[in-house]
Amino acid sequence: MSSIVEQDIHADDHHHHAPGGGIKRWLYTTNHKDIGTLYLWFAFIMFLVGGSMAMVIRAELFEPGLQIVEPNFFNQMTTVHGLVMVFGAVMPAFTGLANWMVPMMIGAPDMALPRMNNWSFWILPFAFAILLASLFMEGGGPNFGWTFYAPLSTTYSNDSTALFVFSVHIMGASSIMGAINVIVTIMNMRAPGMTYMKMPLFVWTWFITAFLLIAVMPVLAGAVTMVLTDKFFGTSFFSAAGGGDPVLFQHIFWFFGHPEVYIMILPAFGIISQIVPTFARKPLFGYASMVYATASIALLSFVVWAHHMFTTGMPVAGELFFMIATMLISVPTGVKVFNWVATMWRGAMTFEMPMLFALAFIVLFTIGGFSGLMLAITPVDFQYHDTYFVVAHFHYVLVTGAIFSIFAAAYYWLPKWSGVMFDKKLANWHFWCSLVSVNVLFFPMHFVGLAGMPRRIPDYALQFADFNKWISIGGFAFGLSQLFFLALLIKACRKQGEPAAAKPWEGAEGLEWEIPSPAPYHTFETPPVIK
Amino acid sequence: MSQQHADKYYVPAQSPWPIVGAVALFLIAVGAGNVVMQHHKGTDGYGGLILSLGMITLMVMLIGWFRDQINESMAGMHNAQLGQSYRQGMSWFIFSEVMFFAAFFGALFYTRMISVPWLGGASNNAMTNEVLWPTFEAMWPLTQTPSGLVTEAMGWNGLPLINTVILLISSVTLHFAHVGLEEQKRGQLMWLLGLTILLGISFLGLQVEEYVHAYTEMGLTLQSGVYGNTFFMLTGFHGLHVTLGTILLIVMFCRVLAGHFTPKNQFAFMAASWYWHFVDVVWVMLFIFVYVL
Ligand code: HEM
Ligand SMILES: [Cu+2]
Repeated sequence: MSSIVEQDIHADDHHHHAPGGGIKRWLYTTNHKDIGTLYLWFAFIMFLVGGSMAMVIRAELFEPGLQIVEPNFFNQMTTVHGLVMVFGAVMPAFTGLANWMVPMMIGAPDMALPRMNNWSFWILPFAFAILLASLFMEGGGPNFGWTFYAPLSTTYSNDSTALFVFSVHIMGASSIMGAINVIVTIMNMRAPGMTYMKMPLFVWTWFITAFLLIAVMPVLAGAVTMVLTDKFFGTSFFSAAGGGDPVLFQHIFWFFGHPEVYIMILPAFGIISQIVPTFARKPLFGYASMVYATASIALLSFVVWAHHMFTTGMPVAGELFFMIATMLISVPTGVKVFNWVATMWRGAMTFEMPMLFALAFIVLFTIGGFSGLMLAITPVDFQYHDTYFVVAHFHYVLVTGAIFSIFAAAYYWLPKWSGVMFDKKLANWHFWCSLVSVNVLFFPMHFVGLAGMPRRIPDYALQFADFNKWISIGGFAFGLSQLFFLALLIKACRKQGEPAAAKPWEGAEGLEWEIPSPAPYHTFETPPVIK
Repeated sequence: MSQQHADKYYVPAQSPWPIVGAVALFLIAVGAGNVVMQHHKGTDGYGGLILSLGMITLMVMLIGWFRDQINESMAGMHNAQLGQSYRQGMSWFIFSEVMFFAAFFGALFYTRMISVPWLGGASNNAMTNEVLWPTFEAMWPLTQTPSGLVTEAMGWNGLPLINTVILLISSVTLHFAHVGLEEQKRGQLMWLLGLTILLGISFLGLQVEEYVHAYTEMGLTLQSGVYGNTFFMLTGFHGLHVTLGTILLIVMFCRVLAGHFTPKNQFAFMAASWYWHFVDVVWVMLFIFVYVL
């Protein structure tokens, strides 16, 4: 059926245009740029879907008492919000960026396995259709938190858990295939002369991220499988009556879960390491140390998982080990932050939109890192665990960390993708509204959390009322601010704006800036020569 | 590595198969989910139908995709670099499979080293035992659960030992079949590959016999506490992998008959044999940790 088009490197002109064919182009495509675009749009749509669930949560929590939704529905909202944001928004967005940028940054014509690339994207809309549809089933969708702890998921959950399990299975298949593609592309498709230690840091961080993905997504598959059999087939992995242990679930889940949080932040580190040198007009300070720091973060991330379980029953030696190992991670993380700051030191700085988001990232992610350090102190975590302090922590690292880095990347490379400069006015509105509202939204969560407000509960004690009102207002404002970005994206896709130069940022370096904007449909069919 | 490439890259053309594959996985997930829910509620529904539809779609997709792939490879469109990508991709895929089994081995070790002893009062859990499960004594194999289910333990020196020998021999025969391919000794390739397939099938047959024995005579079932759970999940997933591996080898046999492979062009054969060796290593781990120790 599919005929093979011999790629003729001399007949350039017809390659530079995407094939026609309407919807078929997107369904059948093997082009890394098309697939990158698909991933990015999918991620953005999921960001809006997950965001509207957050709006439901914040509306319910606007005032104490139960007013808008049933507690069971509230639980479904927190659960599906988490799942959609982690697996539907942040991870696909990074994969989309990898698809677009990794081949262009290493001088490859495409991903190593282009057809599998298409497959791994198209699984995702189906997987999320299943997950979201399960919300409308009798009894409702998953309601046990994105961490689906046993026995909540094995004993007290509803039937749709089966659909949840299988949708996670196919999401996992998609992530593993995506990661295999990235890692093989990087190992095997680099242009001659592009040695490992010349690779841009975005490529490096994705290389290590892909390794983490391949190592831990199968463990997640194992965890959901055991939940499935415990719930539906009478096994007792997580039930003491049969000799199992619910705490085992947490060990397996967090053995996946902690590397997973680094999966969502390492590519962000890579993005920031691309952007800061460009706008500071200085080479990245300590390139090699950045590479080693990334690798050590990845390795350490396999031995810290039980810091999520300080309160669930471990021998003291275990608590101490996981406390110290967790704190160790701050060392390579600190190396990164200091390197970014040192890159800017005495640089000729300008503050275009990607740089603004990158600077916001550095400051706000660091706040999240510090609250992580507080949580890592075992005795102190007994007080903070399962409160809004944890919610504040992971939203600082994930929203102002991972998501801000994705915005930064989008602004940085949008001219390359679309061929036009984005609307600067809309971008400014987007940035400043997001920056203010995100802090109104998440900063007070530290306070209510320290005071003991539990997470994942639709009601709260009266003394938390004032802060929660502010949190909700911040939440709605942050949600609305994203509409500026939507408008900006639509304008860019319609090519409204001044044409962008091949290198729209004066200080930028790298192969991706040596090709015209918009990037032609096929790039580097003959490998470039790397100095 | 990157230095040795030809100066021209090969980029595969568009293909309808990936999206067919995505639809197949969608149907399988919806179907399997519904089958499980129906089984749980004891109702009828379309789960089975959707699942079978998904399976058929997946088969169609695999056949179509691989047919295209084989045609392209026979037409000489694939270059050395693509072959290298396939080999690396396959290695990483096997690594992901290793991690999948690691999750279940982890559950096994945790249960044996931690949860069962703790339920029996070890470490500082004397009160757990005293108050919650006063009659429970920690042991492995766990032939009596805290709630009082009783089963028999599976010995290692009957069928399991025979199965171990079978799989080990099959790894050797497959290796020498591969040698036959490399040295273009077609006879050696054919009969050793055929023998490997037969060994795989007899392994599966004996495994089924063992399961029947466990269910009908030993009271060892998926429901009989963590011993049965870890036993059936580990050997069950392994059995699925052997099944898949055997199917792959049968496909390879047909392709050998069709004369597809040469010492230079044999990625599929190599991938299937890597997969087989991997499944073998998993079995050795299983034999040691599930049966013997
Ligand atoms: C400096 C490095 C970090 C340290 C020391 C740290 C430490 C911790 C600790 C101890 C907890 C458990 C709190 C509790 O439940 O009581 C936690 C939770 C969490 N962290 Fe971090 N963290 C760090 C960085 C990150 C990063 C970079 C991310 C993601 C991008 C992240 C995402 C999360 C998430 C999602 C949770 C909550 C999971 C849940 O229970 O739902 N953390 N962190
Ligand atoms: Cu963690």
